[in-house]
Amino acid sequence: MNIKFKIENLSVYFGKEQFLNSVNLEVEANKILGIIGPSGSGKSTLLGALNRMNELEPYCRTEGTILMDGVDINSSTYNVINLRKKVGIVFAMPVPLPMSIYENVVYGVRLSGVNDKKRLDELVEKSLSEAFLWNEVKDRLNLSGLRISGGQQQRLCLARVLAMEPEAILLDEPSSGLDPISTSKIEDALNQLKEKYTIVLVTNNTKQAARISDNTAYFLLGDMIEVGSTKQIFTAPLKKETDDYITGRFG
Amino acid sequence: MKLVGEKGVQRILMITALSAISSLLLIALFIFSEGLPFIFKYGAGNFLLANEWDPNTGHFGIFPMIMSSVWVTLGAMVVGAPLGIAGAIFLSEYASPIIMKIVKPTIELLAAIPSVVYGFIGVMVLAPVIRNNLGGPGLSLLAGCIILGIMILPTVISISIDSILAVPRSYREGSLALGATTWQTTHMVTIKAARSGIVASIILGLGRAIGETMAVIMVAGNSVNIPNSALDSVRTLTANIALEMSYATGMHREALFATGVILFIIIMILNSIASVAIRNRNAKK
Ligand SMILES: Nc1ncnc2c1ncn2[C@@H]1O[C@H](COP(=O)(O)OP(=O)(O)OP(=O)(O)O)[C@@H](O)[C@H]1O
Ligand SMILES: [Mg+2]
Repeated sequence: MNIKFKIENLSVYFGKEQFLNSVNLEVEANKILGIIGPSGSGKSTLLGALNRMNELEPYCRTEGTILMDGVDINSSTYNVINLRKKVGIVFAMPVPLPMSIYENVVYGVRLSGVNDKKRLDELVEKSLSEAFLWNEVKDRLNLSGLRISGGQQQRLCLARVLAMEPEAILLDEPSSGLDPISTSKIEDALNQLKEKYTIVLVTNNTKQAARISDNTAYFLLGDMIEVGSTKQIFTAPLKKETDDYITGRFG
Repeated sequence: MKLVGEKGVQRILMITALSAISSLLLIALFIFSEGLPFIFKYGAGNFLLANEWDPNTGHFGIFPMIMSSVWVTLGAMVVGAPLGIAGAIFLSEYASPIIMKIVKPTIELLAAIPSVVYGFIGVMVLAPVIRNNLGGPGLSLLAGCIILGIMILPTVISISIDSILAVPRSYREGSLALGATTWQTTHMVTIKAARSGIVASIILGLGRAIGETMAVIMVAGNSVNIPNSALDSVRTLTANIALEMSYATGMHREALFATGVILFIIIMILNSIASVAIRNRNAKK
């Protein structure tokens, strides 16, 4: 078993209040880890710690260590720009950048200094195909990324992360507000992508976690209650809280 | 107790609004009715393109003044726009929110300083520095550009900041999450998204610069000539009206009104461009 992230005693504070309480969690490489839990339980906050986007809040403080391949990415000496290139995120409400579909996809790679037109063209086709979007937009790559449908925008935001060829991909409720067809497109994409990437998938839809994640972790009020193989969590959870949540008796 | 009913309030507001608008319209109408006949009589080409302005001998060419106004305004833009935009970017993207809360209102307050004060500083401080270091009379095109460049800063900074802050946070986050630095995010995403607002801020600043009178009269020297260098003394369109209106009669008086017509048209064009730019920005969201 190959561990990508080893999270140890991770606590996150916004201002004085603590929103993640000393979380310990391992994320296996090339697997999908599903994160489930009620609203406000700290799922997005966990993702924000993994690529340090939480730092954009000046009053946010993160304690503990996050080892990625054995290196603490939470240490102040770790280069956060490089981290974000290696750990891509698709936000809960992803918004394309105000530029063409093509430019959205190559935005990150251009920053890394790739400017060869042929290479960029290849990347665009490959990333959009992997995100199951290529066929829908291939004839209008110059259209503004803001002019396509919500589900397409979500997949475009996945494609722009894929173009970076990161090591891990964080997804925050990638199918909230999507129809079943778009949802299954995203899920198909993820199932193929885990061969290359480590995936952490936050979802409010327990059925989705049951369908596509290999392991599942349950969060409640900033605590990591339980983690295990998806099969075990959904059939024989060890904790009563987990059982209540997945059987819908929560609250 | 009710002095005036809803209907009454409405009527009072309407009368106030109408009298405000109609007095503005009357002024515009007056300027045009006094100035336009002169332009037709004297010939638009002679008026706009001739070099000689000598009311005593009946020569009314305002080309030197037009060129001076253009140069002073462009110069003010060269001084004010980069400073203003850089300041706006620093305050909105780099400075802490507390600094922004203190500095932005302070800068907006600078707009309330009377222009005679700017002019006074120009005469007392700036002109001697130019004279002693660069030569020339000191009171010059260059002095006008610098003083006006500073005077348009509040307009440029405050409108630029507003349009930068109106850029959705999700654009910045999306860019940063892809491994962009703050500066890359600023120039590749934020400024592009705020571009039309920034352009509008510059154009409104230009409008302010070209219409400014007092400070320019005090620092630019006021001799009628097409400037050959930044150190030459120049007279702008506004300065020309203000300097000669007290004693102008007949043709001379009409020529000054006609100068007003030209200024009016220039500023109207600038403001229309600015409002189109602002409307574009709003349409994009
Ligand atoms: N920027 C912030 N400033 C202050 N508090 C925050 C911030 N972001 C999150 N929080 C708080 O942290 C707690 C956890 O939020 P988080 O977004 O991680 O929840 P979540 O599990 O993702 O919920 P949801 O399923 O609704 O997305 C919430 O109580 C929230 O109020
Ligand atoms: Mg969330």
